[in-house]
Amino acid sequence: MNTPKKTLVVIGNGMVGHHFLTSLVNSPIKETYHIVTFCEEPRAAYDRVHLSAFFSGQTADDLSLVEPGFFEQHGITLHIGDKAAQINREEQTVLSDKGALIHYDTLVLATGSFPFVPPVPGHDRPECLVYRTIEDLEAIATVAQKSKVGVVVGGGLLGLEAAKALHDLGLKTHVVEFAPRLMAVQLDEAGGAMLRHKIEHLGVTVHTGKNTQLITDGEHCFNKMCFADGEELETDLILFSAGIRPRDDIARACGLEVGPRGGIVIDNQCKTSDANIYAIGECALWNGMIYGLVAPGYAMARTVVADLASQSAHFTGADMSTKLKLMGVDVASIGDAHAKSQGALTYTYQNGDLEVYKRIVVSADKKHLLGAVLVGDASGYSTLLQYCLNGIELPEHPDTLILPSRSDESGGLGPDALPLSAQICSCYDVSKGDICQAIEAGCSTVGDLKAGTKAGSGCGGCAALVKSVLNSELTKQGVTVNTDLCEHFAYTRQDLFTLIKVEKITTFDDLIEKHGHGLGCDICKPTVASILASNWNDFVLKPELAPLQDSNDAFLANIQKDGTYSVVPRIAGGEISPDMLITLGQVGKKYQLYTKITGGQRVDLFGARVEQLPLIWKDLIDAGFESGHAYGKSLRTVKSCVGSNWCRYGVDDSVGLAIELENRYKGLRSPHKIKFAVSGCTRECAEAQGKDVGIIATEHGWSLYVCGNGGMKPRHADLFATHLDKETLIKYIDRFLSFYIRTADRLQRTSVWMENMEGGLDYLKSVIIEDNLGLCEQLEAQMQHVVDTYQCEWKTTIEDESKLKRFKHFINSDQADDNIVFIEERGQLRPAETKVQKHFKLVEVA
Amino acid sequence: MSHWQTICEVDALQANSGVCALVEGQQVAVFYMPKSQSVFALHNYDPFAKANVLSRGIIGDLKGEPIVASPVYKQHFNLKTGCCLEDETVKIPAYSVRIDQSHVQINLDYD
Repeated sequence: MNTPKKTLVVIGNGMVGHHFLTSLVNSPIKETYHIVTFCEEPRAAYDRVHLSAFFSGQTADDLSLVEPGFFEQHGITLHIGDKAAQINREEQTVLSDKGALIHYDTLVLATGSFPFVPPVPGHDRPECLVYRTIEDLEAIATVAQKSKVGVVVGGGLLGLEAAKALHDLGLKTHVVEFAPRLMAVQLDEAGGAMLRHKIEHLGVTVHTGKNTQLITDGEHCFNKMCFADGEELETDLILFSAGIRPRDDIARACGLEVGPRGGIVIDNQCKTSDANIYAIGECALWNGMIYGLVAPGYAMARTVVADLASQSAHFTGADMSTKLKLMGVDVASIGDAHAKSQGALTYTYQNGDLEVYKRIVVSADKKHLLGAVLVGDASGYSTLLQYCLNGIELPEHPDTLILPSRSDESGGLGPDALPLSAQICSCYDVSKGDICQAIEAGCSTVGDLKAGTKAGSGCGGCAALVKSVLNSELTKQGVTVNTDLCEHFAYTRQDLFTLIKVEKITTFDDLIEKHGHGLGCDICKPTVASILASNWNDFVLKPELAPLQDSNDAFLANIQKDGTYSVVPRIAGGEISPDMLITLGQVGKKYQLYTKITGGQRVDLFGARVEQLPLIWKDLIDAGFESGHAYGKSLRTVKSCVGSNWCRYGVDDSVGLAIELENRYKGLRSPHKIKFAVSGCTRECAEAQGKDVGIIATEHGWSLYVCGNGGMKPRHADLFATHLDKETLIKYIDRFLSFYIRTADRLQRTSVWMENMEGGLDYLKSVIIEDNLGLCEQLEAQMQHVVDTYQCEWKTTIEDESKLKRFKHFINSDQADDNIVFIEERGQLRPAETKVQKHFKLVEVA
Repeated sequence: MSHWQTICEVDALQANSGVCALVEGQQVAVFYMPKSQSVFALHNYDPFAKANVLSRGIIGDLKGEPIVASPVYKQHFNLKTGCCLEDETVKIPAYSVRIDQSHVQINLDYD
């Protein structure tokens, strides 16, 4: 078969256009087409849903939806930064702005939408902006720099998202809405009022029922908005987010049928009035509806791919349910939220104290859920959505679904109640059956499932449900998820932390007697030692604590492969005087230690025998050094660049801050090691965004990043807070570290802790910044105790004869271990490769 | 035949931990659990790390059997038998050891 390939042209490489391409290349019919796509923007498809992440430090690359090499690999011709300008339906050609003329056999329009800007006089003033593309965001950031006040026109979903962005940029933020309430499409009156109350509490002023009539020069700000009711509002920046309009101009110009209020008319196969042309996404009008969400657009894209492959496929509308977190407030809307259906009954639960509002809309026979509104607590969203989408029969008393459960009954719809056909992830159309199949094929974590099925990797709204399906299926397979620390304690590390703290337990013996059994092991002993140290900060080699310590802590040094140790004195912030550097050299020379610079800007001295450790440390301490805790699951180093004292680009004194932070947190025991870095400007020479705690100086103060990691599984840190003064910065770090120490698993780095945290970064912010758990005072006190009780463990050790007893190889001889053998390489000593095993032979078991 | 020799006094041992004694040229790790007044002795050589370090391991019990965990690669050895829990082909010498009055005594004729 050698039929020449047909040409398929896609106009628009936004989220939906790109989803179409990825679906197409996964289909066998892609072989029949030569594929061409036009992308008007200077960059290919990116995630518009999470656009505000751009302000929290994500780059355009982070937001990209295009796998590296995607277009090349699939032979797709991409016309980037070139807008398709004209369609000639008779000739079947597309002409671009830059003059490219492409013949098509099949054309797919995915031109998307543009933000609606009300034609108010003054709407085109320089500080009036929209919120749609990365270029828009760059413009917002630029104007925000010279602004103090910002107004978002539009109190819908996107408008509130935009308000959050302005609020995060440090502007005094207002939301101006034409309708009498926020999110008028999704919420009823009481729900809208609750949302308004919560958002105003966060410092955003809401004005509803406001009809803007004029934007003109302000007196204190750049602009002034004048409303129909005679009121005025001074503002610098104005952001229009008053809805979207389909981009149908190219379709209109070539005579395709469009709706009376815009939108390219499509049928159930997403075909336009021309059989060779499809339209998908926000430019398409199906059954009189424009869908402004990404999931329906994706469904349209898949319909077209199926139709091209001559498979029967229909787009028959889409569920518009949404769940999102707006400025930290959970909001969800499902189905018929306004109870417009015939005979619909409603049940409402309102809690003025906790600021929670829930309403469900139920069919007249009380058998089926038609819709719901949730504000303040959207935890029931997945369950309610499944009831609604799958027509699952409601319990006898439907209101149990929204009433808080006062007993152990969960009230939720277990994943087992869902049919295999139930759609779990609407972004990627993943059913429960797909997930079960993936679990059978070996997926055993949420991460595996995300990678294998894409479930939960879109908007993330289904993450909790994916997890519960996973747990339920694993349990069925007989996999028990045992979270006991070890056979001696039927508790998690977090449980033990709480027991120790609440009962003020100070020894392992006391803890195992009250809450465990047996003698303990090399899992629970170091874990408990770490928890005791985090809480009470006693000297780790006290007689009752020393036997609990892991290999390195037990001798306050890092054990190496041959049983010798390495020694790392603290060099706070990596700043060291020539004299101190000379001392290190002298000590290295005196004890013939192998010397290497570490990644944390200090010096590691290797090859110390256990009996040499106190002698080496005596010399180091006399010269003014102290323990570097390189042996502990504790703060290691605070790396820094040279900062504003020397660097011509430096914005602030990164070395000074690094030294202060290192001295504050030195000796702090934690679930795993902790690394910090401080950069003096955004050039980021200290690589702070790859650390557990990273700080970058900006002209407006310090930016704090958390939960980054290098190593085996690198993780870019998340931007946690900006514009911080030093005092606030330290307060946040105190709380962050204390919360990590309380809640992480044993040997869990902050990066993995964050990945596993339900609610993720937003939740962490709500705990640390907004104090939602009311814990901050305790967290700060916990840290202050550790700071106040710091001691150099080596100083304490060498000052106490009785502690030195342990630092001998033999209790009954002064000989050294004759199995430690060094050879010389590149002018230094290192362990010999093969040692003669002269001490005994292994006894083979018969 | 039995040949008991005193290697040190009880107070030279480390409670709930190990020490290493040099006995007839052999390195012997001696572990002491004061609560049950039990002492155990193994050769100090960790065959996985190829280093004399077992006296520095954490001790405890697994499934009721007393164990030491290697401080280098964390394999467990039964304190009574010297058998490695992770690799049944590996067994290190275990010695008889006792506390007589305040003397810690060892018998190197292991069987």
